[in-house]
Amino acid sequence: MSGPNTDYDPVEVTPLRADEVEAQVEAALAAVAGAADLEALKQVRLEHAGDRSPLALANREIGALPPQARKEAGARVGKARGMVNKALGERLAVLEAEHEERMLVEETVDVTLPTDRTLSGARHPITMMSERIADVFVAMGWEVAEGPQVEAEWLNFDALNMGADHPARTMQDTFWLEPAEAALVLRTHTSPVQARTMLTREPPIYVVCPGRVYRTDEIDATHSPVFHQVEGLVIDEGITMAHLKGSLDHFATAMFGEGITTRFRPSYFPFTEPSAEVDLICFVCRGIDADSCRTCRGEGWIEWGGCGVVNPRVLTACGVDPEKYTGFAFGMGIDRTMMFRHGVEDMRDIFEGDIRFAQPFGIEI
Amino acid sequence: MKAPVSWIREYVDLPEAVSTDELAAKLTMLGLKLEALETPADAITGPLVVGRVLSIEKEPQKNGKVINWCTVDVADANGTGEPQGIICGAHNFVEGDLVVVCLPGAVLPGNFEISARKTYGHISAGMICSAAELGLGEGAFNSHDGIIVLPADAGAPGDDAFDVLDMHDSVIEFEINPDRAYALSLRGIAREAATGFDVPFRDPADRDVPAANGDGPPVVVDDAEGCPVFVARSVTGFDASAPTPEWMAQRLAGAGMRPISLAVDITNYVMLELGQPIHGYDRAKLAGAIRVRRATEGEQLTTLDGQLRKLSAEDLLITDDSGPIGIAGTMGGQTTELSESTSDVVIEAAHFDAVSIFRTERRHKLPSEASKRFERGVDPELPAAAADRVVELMVELGGATADDGVTVVGEAPPRRSVTAATDLPARVTGMEISAETTVANLEKVGCDVTVNGDTLAATVPSWRPDMSDPFDLVEEVARIVGYDKVPSVLPPAPSGRGLPLAQKLRRRVGLVLAGAGWTETINYPFVGDVDWANLGLADDDERRRTIRMANPLNAEEPQLATTLLPGLLRSLGLNVGRGNADASLFETGLVFLPKGDEKAPILGVDRRPTDEEWAAIEKAVPHQPQHLALALTGQREREGWWGEGRQGSWADAIGAVRDVAGALGIEIEVRAASVAPWHPGRCAEIRVGETVLGHAGELHPKVCKAYGVPARSAAAEVDLDALLGLAQVTTPSPSFGSYPVAKEDVALVVDASVPSADVAAALHEGAGDLIESVRLFDVFTGEQVGPGKKSLAFALRFRAPDRTLKEGEAGAARDAAVALAGERMGAVQRA
Ligand SMILES: [Zn+2]
Repeated sequence: MSGPNTDYDPVEVTPLRADEVEAQVEAALAAVAGAADLEALKQVRLEHAGDRSPLALANREIGALPPQARKEAGARVGKARGMVNKALGERLAVLEAEHEERMLVEETVDVTLPTDRTLSGARHPITMMSERIADVFVAMGWEVAEGPQVEAEWLNFDALNMGADHPARTMQDTFWLEPAEAALVLRTHTSPVQARTMLTREPPIYVVCPGRVYRTDEIDATHSPVFHQVEGLVIDEGITMAHLKGSLDHFATAMFGEGITTRFRPSYFPFTEPSAEVDLICFVCRGIDADSCRTCRGEGWIEWGGCGVVNPRVLTACGVDPEKYTGFAFGMGIDRTMMFRHGVEDMRDIFEGDIRFAQPFGIEI
Repeated sequence: MKAPVSWIREYVDLPEAVSTDELAAKLTMLGLKLEALETPADAITGPLVVGRVLSIEKEPQKNGKVINWCTVDVADANGTGEPQGIICGAHNFVEGDLVVVCLPGAVLPGNFEISARKTYGHISAGMICSAAELGLGEGAFNSHDGIIVLPADAGAPGDDAFDVLDMHDSVIEFEINPDRAYALSLRGIAREAATGFDVPFRDPADRDVPAANGDGPPVVVDDAEGCPVFVARSVTGFDASAPTPEWMAQRLAGAGMRPISLAVDITNYVMLELGQPIHGYDRAKLAGAIRVRRATEGEQLTTLDGQLRKLSAEDLLITDDSGPIGIAGTMGGQTTELSESTSDVVIEAAHFDAVSIFRTERRHKLPSEASKRFERGVDPELPAAAADRVVELMVELGGATADDGVTVVGEAPPRRSVTAATDLPARVTGMEISAETTVANLEKVGCDVTVNGDTLAATVPSWRPDMSDPFDLVEEVARIVGYDKVPSVLPPAPSGRGLPLAQKLRRRVGLVLAGAGWTETINYPFVGDVDWANLGLADDDERRRTIRMANPLNAEEPQLATTLLPGLLRSLGLNVGRGNADASLFETGLVFLPKGDEKAPILGVDRRPTDEEWAAIEKAVPHQPQHLALALTGQREREGWWGEGRQGSWADAIGAVRDVAGALGIEIEVRAASVAPWHPGRCAEIRVGETVLGHAGELHPKVCKAYGVPARSAAAEVDLDALLGLAQVTTPSPSFGSYPVAKEDVALVVDASVPSADVAAALHEGAGDLIESVRLFDVFTGEQVGPGKKSLAFALRFRAPDRTLKEGEAGAARDAAVALAGERMGAVQRA
């Protein structure tokens, strides 16, 4: 700062002289107004309101005045100091506000910078699809059952009305385990869980069993030696095919949305009689203008799985009284369901382990 | 099963208005599922016309091939009436023949456009077509070795060839379920069509057949169980060189069977028509009587496919005095095969036991059109009619004379009767089905029904061996009423118990790991010895003891996995190979642990197993616990504008297991271990109490190399079932004081081999009741610490639950902690 070092060379102000006091006030107010930043204002405060400022010194003089003069001088100097302090305070508030504003501007960052410091993980869509399916049935009061994947031949076939010479056995290309006398297989379907459930629980039975199954198919875009099925089983008094249809319609709607229901076509499974194939209304075209639909390939329907009334022979082998109880069962592919629900075109993606497959599915499907 | 629609219509008066699509849809809803529908004409855009070959000039080419430069009269079909010049490479035609010509502008199957183009020095304006080029069945129109040559009376030049070739006739391919073997014939399919449209059915098997007499070909049946019925007829003077008529060749081709020769074509035709497999023998090559018997072990036969087959004592054979001449119901032998010199034919129409045929077919891996039908069940009342039909066609088409002799050995079993409550269909399906509808529908499928009060007895037709139980009747009634009429009713809701605890916990584990940047994969559990070598497992490692598949897909991987690591590490390698350098994977899945000598009993099915039987099943099924495995490579935290990245390591593998255990409320203990496939100095054992739940750490460098992943990749595997079993389901409320905390840091020097966890434990114990936590925050080695030593820096926090600590209390507790660490592991506090 240029000019005389007023700090060390204080101007004498006589407290009795109003003009001198006023001149000091004017000088002070001008200096306050002229302070461009907080640093300058600090200096102004020192010069005009500090201990050695003219007004402070004048104030100190008051005590030495004759008593009759003290009152007037005191009032004059006090008022002057008040004006200066008030101006200082106001200026300080303004400058502080300006300073803060400037700081915030200066601290601006590029918020578009990436924040991908940690890896993103994901659960497998097949796992999540199995859970989603289980949840649909658990919400209806059903229970979830599980079973072993290496299974007794008797449970995988015989108990399900597929004796050793049943042609349907050859339709399920089975992985047999060594030695042959062990009579063990990698389960070809989740149906042995049905049999296990009936053998270990009393009716009424309402269970759903998602799980991994095995067939001797070479892997390609639509086949895999390992895949996933979900099986449903209900055993109760008075159960009919209508209850089967109701349950599957509910399932279809829960998975694919309002208005998506099923249709039955006669079919054959050894463990059910009557048996049906379940088709799903195509959830993409809803059967309207199906011709150009890639999901159902013009059918308006999507093949979803198989179902039927539990064959009384199966009930007998599993210790359920067929005179008292009826039941229904259904089964569908979880992989297939996931594939058409999400437009996955190649089954190999599911089993190959490339993290780029699972990652977009995140933690909920 | 492929069925030309015109052939179906021959036996059923379908209204003309019924389209092929409607027919296919109706049959699908009856249980004969539409697999494919092909109409050859739909795949071709014309002009496709009849032409007469006017001239043929043979032009040898440099490559040795000879091509024909032809002129063909197509009348006005080409717009000019001038003969059409066409190059043709086939040689099975002569001047004057009627052929099929595709004119420029036509488009053949496969989007193959025909245009006039210069080739072999001529402008070839069109194409003379073969059956294959038109998408017709192989061998149709006698075009085995070239183009189609039409019969002389097929039409005139310029005629539309679509009609001449019957290309508007669609072929429906059905998927036939094992219980509907009768539909492996036109007879069966037409019967279903008649049922579906409620119109009359003309049974092609309904024919007057001559009665059996003693003059037929001699037949002896030694095994009446395997062969309940054997009908033999014969014809004399059959002209084996007579051509198969066009209509028959076309139908065979449409049904997917290649026309071969008249005799063979007739037997195939009758099989398709009626469903009865037929076998023809050259009578001149038969030695003595035909005998049906079981094989003796070691007997041999060369079947028609040229294979020499070793026979088993269970195989049912057709033999004569020379020995085996055919495997019954499966495939004939070469010695009595029909040939071009055959003149007298012995015709076999027999019924064979389904199970016997099924076993033979499987034993010899010899599926044939005949065995496919027999194993599913052929109408046992058919043989006489079928044999008679063959005789008729051989006389009519092959100029043969029918012999009077008719041999019939055995008889069809009596028709089965099934009893059921009349309201059973309604009760089982939930549809409103009256007793009248039930009876009417059973009659439609061929049953004779008598009703007695609330019960009906249905005598099931001979062509329905699948119908044996009351519920089989239900399905027949229901499918005719229509599955589309089944109402949709939710069953009464039970009071369920919700998701099982183990499943809830597994979801929690998955979420914790996914949230921490791990990605779940699913791998096949198929492994081989190479995996054990790759993992560096010792010869006696327990994990080498596996269950083996008898028929693995890959001979190199015949074992079921006892650890998830091989599959997971292969996935890790795949990710690295595909440029996913930073990969943290996890998998949950079963491992398969043999118990020893598993032997699961095959129990009866007429009752529930006894407790002992059930126990035997449970005992035989191997132990299959669910494991959790993790594998990682590359960075766990990426580098970026914020600074350096952090490379994943053994610590992340152990840390993830800790996170999982933490989420389950389990306190695990981590101890140093040395187990393959881990780095021997960087492997941890995960324990709870005395139980070892798994291992985690850095992979051995050789293992990384074997699986193609970078060195220092890490992995973990734990028994998830065991871990879940220890989960803390109800967490007790924590207690914590609100009085001020006192913090003390200590740095302790110990031998480098002392586990830090032990030092921490000693500090914790030595500090007494006031200690709130002990946390290691730094590890330091180097000159200041001294060789073979390390410095561990701990932050200790003290707090009293009920008061503010007094001056010096925390310091005293710290000193006590340090003293115990000193006593236990020689820890010395650094100045
Ligand atoms: Zn669609």
